[in-house]
Order: sequence, then C-alpha cells, then structure tokens
Amino acid sequence: MSLKKHILDLRKRKEQVQKGGGDKAIEKQVARGKQTARERILALLDKESFTEYDLFVEHEARDFGMDKKQLHGDGVIIGTGTIYGAPICIFAQDFTVEGGSLGLMHARKITKIMDHALKMRVPLIGINDSGGARIQEGVNALAGYGEIFYRNTMASGVIPQISVILGPCAGGAVYSPALTDFVFVVDNISKMFITGPGVIKSVLGEEISMEDLGGARVHAEITGNAHFFSDSEDECFEQIKKLITYIPWSNSKKAKVFPPKPSKFKGNIEDLIPSDPKQPYDVRDVIRAIVDNSDFFEIQELWAANIVIGFGRLNGETVGFVANQPLVLAGVLDCDSSDKAARFIRYCDAFNIPIVTLEDMPGYLPGVDQEHAGVIRHGAKVLYAYSEATVPKVTVILRKAYGGGYIAMNSRHLGADFMFAWPMAEIAVMGPEGAANIIFRKDIEEAEDADAMRALKVQEYKEKFANPYVAAAKGYIDSVIEPNETRKLLLHAIEVSTDKDDHRPDKKHGIPPF
Amino acid sequence: MAKKKKIEGLVDFAILSMKYKTRLTKKFVNRTQYAAPIPNHVLSYIPGTIQEIYVKEGQKVKAGESLLILEAMKMRNQIAMPHDGKIKSINVGTGDKIPKNHLMIEIE
Repeated sequence: MSLKKHILDLRKRKEQVQKGGGDKAIEKQVARGKQTARERILALLDKESFTEYDLFVEHEARDFGMDKKQLHGDGVIIGTGTIYGAPICIFAQDFTVEGGSLGLMHARKITKIMDHALKMRVPLIGINDSGGARIQEGVNALAGYGEIFYRNTMASGVIPQISVILGPCAGGAVYSPALTDFVFVVDNISKMFITGPGVIKSVLGEEISMEDLGGARVHAEITGNAHFFSDSEDECFEQIKKLITYIPWSNSKKAKVFPPKPSKFKGNIEDLIPSDPKQPYDVRDVIRAIVDNSDFFEIQELWAANIVIGFGRLNGETVGFVANQPLVLAGVLDCDSSDKAARFIRYCDAFNIPIVTLEDMPGYLPGVDQEHAGVIRHGAKVLYAYSEATVPKVTVILRKAYGGGYIAMNSRHLGADFMFAWPMAEIAVMGPEGAANIIFRKDIEEAEDADAMRALKVQEYKEKFANPYVAAAKGYIDSVIEPNETRKLLLHAIEVSTDKDDHRPDKKHGIPPF
Repeated sequence: MAKKKKIEGLVDFAILSMKYKTRLTKKFVNRTQYAAPIPNHVLSYIPGTIQEIYVKEGQKVKAGESLLILEAMKMRNQIAMPHDGKIKSINVGTGDKIPKNHLMIEIE
C-alpha cells in the first residue's frame, strides 16, 4: 500500500467506527429526543478541541454468540478536550451500540480516561446513557463497574468529577454518579434507579412508571441525588460549562479569578428583609445583592429548598454560599438540608473555595418523622463539615440565630474566621416567646393578666438577649455591621484570608456521621 | 428603593412557640404521620409474598409459634406470634403479594 492508501484506509476505518450503532440505531436515539454520544461531546467541549482515544477497541466476549458481534468502540467514547480553555477528560456511553451496555473493554476505556484525569489533575466528565451491565459478559461486567467505583473514590476530592445522566442509568451503574461531585439530569431523558419498575412490579405488585420512579424531577426534587435539572440536553451542557468556570481543575489549584464586577443591586439591602423575624423573604435576593454582577449559580435548587447552596464571585474569586432560606419551612435545618449543606461545605473545603454563610434560622425541624429519620446523625454532619473545613469561613447573621442552629451555621465556636451580624440579629438560645415562657413561667402564671405579663416578659427578653450585642460583648461576633456594608466587608474578609494556613491533627481520615 | 415582592403560597408554620410565615415542601406535606404501634397487629416488615399460613381464625397461639411464611428477596421469613393470644382475623391468603407494613394478622 502506498502512504496515501494507508491514510485513506485509516479515514475509512474511523468513519465506520464513528457511526456507532449505525443509522437505524441513531434514528431511534434521535426519536427519543436524545443526541448521540458523539454529538453530546462535541456540544459540550470547545470547538475542535476533542481528541478521541481507543476508537478501535473491541470486546473479547466469546459466549452467547458475542464472538460474531462487532461493537464499535465497545459502546463508549473517551477522550480529552477543553471547556472555555479548561482541560477536561470525558467519556460518553453510546446507547446506539448494544444499548450502551457495559462490558469489560467498555469499562477499561472508562477507567483509562479516569486514570488519565487523575494523573493529569484535570476534571472528569462522564455522560451516562446505558442499559446496564452486558449480561453476556457476566462477572467481567461487574468487575468493570467495581473498578470504576474504586477510581471515583480515589479521585474524590482531588479532581472535580461530573456525571451527566442522559438516558437510563440503572442498577449498580448509578453508584458511579452517586460517588461523583455533581450530577446533571434532563427532564424526560434521565432515568436512575437501583431496581426498575419491572422488578418492583414482580416483587411487590406495585406499578409505577420509570419517570415517576427515577426520572429527572424525582432526583432533583425528592431524593437529592441530582444537583442540576434542565429541560433539554443543550440547556444541561450550558449548566456544565458554567459550573466549570466556578471550580478549580484540581485540589491543588484555585478556581480561575475573573475580572471583578460590582453587584447590580441598587438600593438598601435591609429593604429586602422584613423586620418581623416571622415574615419570610427569598435569601437568594440577598445573595444576588452581594455577589459580583448579581450572578448566583445555585446548586440543588429544587431539593431541600430550606437551605440554599451555590457559587458566586466576590471580586472575581469563586465563593461558596450556604444560606438558610426563610421562604421554605422557615429555613429550618432538617435531615435533607443538613445533608445538602454538609456535602457542599466539604466540596468547597476540598477545592479551596472560601465559604460564606448567611444565617437566618429558627432551629432544627421538630417532628417524629425527623427524629426517627435520624436528624441527630444528619444534623451532626453540618457541625462536622464546618469544623473540619480549613478554607476561609465567614458568617453573616442576618436575623435569627437560635439554639443549635446558631452553633451549627458556622459559628465562631466551630472555627469561623469572621463573624458579622446585622443589627437586627437575634442571637439567643431560643425564640423570645419560648424563652420568656420558660424563664418567667412563675411570673406569668401568677399574674392577674397572664397574656399581658407574657407580652411584657417577651419584650424584656427581646431587649436584653435577642440582639447581637450579648454575643458581641463576648467576642463571639467580631462586628455588628450595617447591611449595606456586607459586600464590602465580605470582599475584605476574603482578601485578607487569601493565605490562610490552618491545620488539623494528622489522621488517616475522620469518621463523619455519614 | 427595592420594591418588596408580594410572596405567594405562605402558611403558618410553628417551630416551638414561634409561628412563622413560610412555604412548605412537597416532601414535608407528604410525610407520614406517626402512629403508635398496636401490639395486636402483625404487620409485614418487608414487602413480599405469603407462602404458607399455619394458623386459623379463632385459634389460640403461644408467643413464638410460627404464624406464616413471608417470602421476600428469595428468603423464607418466619413470622412468629408476638405474644400469647387468639387469632382474631387473617387478612392475607397464600400467594398474596403484600407491601411493607401491611396488616397480615390481628390478634385478640
């Protein structure tokens, strides 16, 4: 063969394999409203940045007639590329090839790109669209999953790991996304579950659709397994790209610093908040009033909405926000919101992202269901995560900081670097009504007009204790500040803690209340 | 001046002695209300299929004696009598697929 012929031969081979499962299978994929694996990668990465590896990998299965089947790329595409210039390792399962089923070589390709990502210290993105284990390959398929999970765990906290669920992801396969940092789902396309509707029906006789069992909305709203929800694949890719701009490439780096921008908010921040601590407001308005360009990138918006988490920038630098949301369940901490906050705090700590906590919460949610669901164990995760974190930690108490909630929300006692409080903050062991009822029970009982006495004592307690000055007198609060000074002081706090150097006792690892 | 937005869908929500105006989550609204367990009710602790029933209505049974076999996850689970008593009613039949916490047998 002449040189030219070799090159033409390569082109022909590539073209053939790049068709994946062939025109018919691609047609079916499109009919389901889905893009092909290759289209997805190209849509997500910078133009012409994608470089593919292992295109010519073939499976080695011999049983059940598999020796006669050729599966292009063994049902998965792997490679490297960039997103806004950031280096990325990526894999995308190809549903058009044998349903994207995972066999040994398929898994080997995935673990290869995972190893590469970890060695090169770059983010890993996995696009999942697979019918599950390739049954014909038996225990080899299980081995493949196990080797992926192991690498997910090894890479955890070292490089960012992003999972994108763009099709079914069922059985053991869902544990890979569950081990990664951020899970993206798309309405009507993503399906995640351990046991599917078929098994549930045969075991229990319960009938449920795939969508109601493990659709995108279920995981974004009810289970908390997903972090980002969108209506279309394209919208999902935009979300991923945006996330990449906020996070560093690895745990030894800082997130990219953008040109500083002022907040777009004009007016007085205190006007966003009702003075009556029983009246709600949307704490995200406060965050937007503080961050650069009023741009707040919320995570897990639909799940456990009584706490708000997400990224914003202060002077161009990425900051993680954790904020109680008085608009939902009065902003209480409960099992779900504790899990949500704790995991995010650990993410920020692992990836050198300072944490700003905005506090306005009445305490933990009372109830038999909460107690029996283990709110003690779940709530403890917040204490653990804040105490353990060594990144700069700043708290602003906006209104209420009662009881255990005051301690949990990055108090000075858990190692906060800066504690600010607005003048209307109520820092107390419990709400004034409750406290007055207990402390002045005798006075109230013995009074001629119990209600009038109670009101008097509540007022007395409010003036004496439900304010920021008692805590400030002890140095638990560093500064009582005017709401309009908040952004300025946060910028300053972040600036002076750039080189924060804080240590924890040497250990193999802690034992958080998982 | 920032205009205060009118917030929709607020309800009263009591935490200790304070009543807050807030929204509820679907999950909170749909939470299962606690009910104290009734000692005379034998409930399924796992979803499964009734394989065999060893007792009859009206029969006197001693604590620890086998009432029925509830097969679940390929395991034949013996359901034992919780305390001495008489079988008041049997609410399942052989071959029935039942969910978790299903009332299988009532004792009097």
